[in-house]
Amino acid sequence: MIYFEKVSKIYSDNTKALEDINLKIEPSEFVSIVGHSGAGKTTLIKMLLAEESPSEGNVFFGSTDIHSLNKKKTNKLRRKIGTIFQDFRLLPHKNVYENIAFAMEAAGKTDEDIASDVPHVLELVDLPKKAWNFPHELSGGEQQRVAIARAIVNQPDVIVADEPTGNLDPLNAYDVVQILKKINDLGTTVIMTTHNKGIIDEIGKRVITMEDGKIIRDDASGRYAI
Amino acid sequence: MFWLNLKRIFKSGFVNFWRNGVVSLSALLVMIVTLTIISFVLFGGALLDHTLNELKDRVDVNVNIATNVIEDEAFALQKQIENLPEVDFVEYISADKALELYRERHEDDEKILAALEELNDNPLGAVLNIKAKEPSQYESIQLFLEQNYPEGEIGSVVENVNYARKKEAIDSLNSIIDASEQFGVLLTVIFVILSVIITLNTIRLAMYISRDEIRVMNLVGADHSYITGPFIVTGSMYGVVSAIFVLTALYPITFYVGPKIAPIFFDLNIFSYYIGNFGQFFLIMFAAGILIGAISSFFAINRYLKKNRK
Repeated sequence: MIYFEKVSKIYSDNTKALEDINLKIEPSEFVSIVGHSGAGKTTLIKMLLAEESPSEGNVFFGSTDIHSLNKKKTNKLRRKIGTIFQDFRLLPHKNVYENIAFAMEAAGKTDEDIASDVPHVLELVDLPKKAWNFPHELSGGEQQRVAIARAIVNQPDVIVADEPTGNLDPLNAYDVVQILKKINDLGTTVIMTTHNKGIIDEIGKRVITMEDGKIIRDDASGRYAI
Repeated sequence: MFWLNLKRIFKSGFVNFWRNGVVSLSALLVMIVTLTIISFVLFGGALLDHTLNELKDRVDVNVNIATNVIEDEAFALQKQIENLPEVDFVEYISADKALELYRERHEDDEKILAALEELNDNPLGAVLNIKAKEPSQYESIQLFLEQNYPEGEIGSVVENVNYARKKEAIDSLNSIIDASEQFGVLLTVIFVILSVIITLNTIRLAMYISRDEIRVMNLVGADHSYITGPFIVTGSMYGVVSAIFVLTALYPITFYVGPKIAPIFFDLNIFSYYIGNFGQFFLIMFAAGILIGAISSFFAINRYLKKNRK
């Protein structure tokens, strides 16, 4: 489903962020990417979201070379990928309902679809009573659950979560991971970067370890080992 | 889908305007200043135009017709002058009328009135009062008269032309008019450009605050138009609200200031001018506000969109 073929990324200041990455992720997999800061995890995610272009190599989503797409097709591709970030990145002037609805509006969904799907997805993340609150009125854990709701509302093929538990206390971090596992159980591919050892060990699924822009370990059902 | 998107873009633009209170307020204040400057430029232009026209109107050249010339000859000369392209109109003042006007002018001067009584005949000839289309054109009219009707020669229709006496005043008026027009245009251009740049930068700053939001919109796969649209609507809203504010504020301001400055500017009351030209003000304020707001937003947003694109 996702295939990185000999991907390298060198930034303009000659920093080598990725070096000769070959990586294949199958549908419905739960892949955790671990590594120290600067190991290249976020650059890898940015490649997949077409936020960065590789200096060498190609990234495929299915049979599509992501970086050969024009802007319009890139937007369509992004609608197949739900994104979750450490800092939540909710739209501050939209309430919870509107934040989730925005992703659906961007995908061209009708008002009827939005009215039926948003409450449903809020139930899934256990926030039905917070629909009309604004992000600054929510706790970190609640904000991250809204971000998850926004990421899954269009039923994407892949969820990309970049350090989703980084700003959360252990209890909220556990909740977020449980939701991601539930999403994965329903058939959605999940790619997650993290520093959290406990979470990786608890998930017990594929773990890719990165160091200095290279993949140094890829265990099918691994544990956190750096 | 087009109408649905348009409805959502407008709704989102209005909501952003309302919810982004502080940012909207600062953008509004700058936009109000810009539109106020534009309105002052309009008033300044009107006052300058009116003043210059009044000054131009007060300039004329009199051709004094020799006393022995019969009316038909004077009329023939009037016709000839009227046919000159530089001439706006020529007024014929008969000898009797000229005497009457002379008496009126000197009604307080008993010596002159007594001297006139002593004379049996009217000492004054008819007068042709010439108004040129532009003050700068009097010289060529004078040239025409000089070549065809030399002053004071025996048998000449023209006794004298008072151009030489007025030449200095006309020349300096010409320079003032030229300088005022050029300076007026320059000042207008400078003020408008400055205020537009300030507004552009303020709105750009307002959009800068939204840069993370734009990135998120990109990542959820929103199309270019769907991201820029609401910001352009918000920018236009700055223009609309500012235009309404400025148009409303101008009513009491001109009402108060108008009568006070009218005597300085040849009785042009800017309150009457504002009411009389309200349609024009309305259109200019709304068009300028919406255009500046929308274009600034468009450029500011595109800058961040380009940054966030692969």
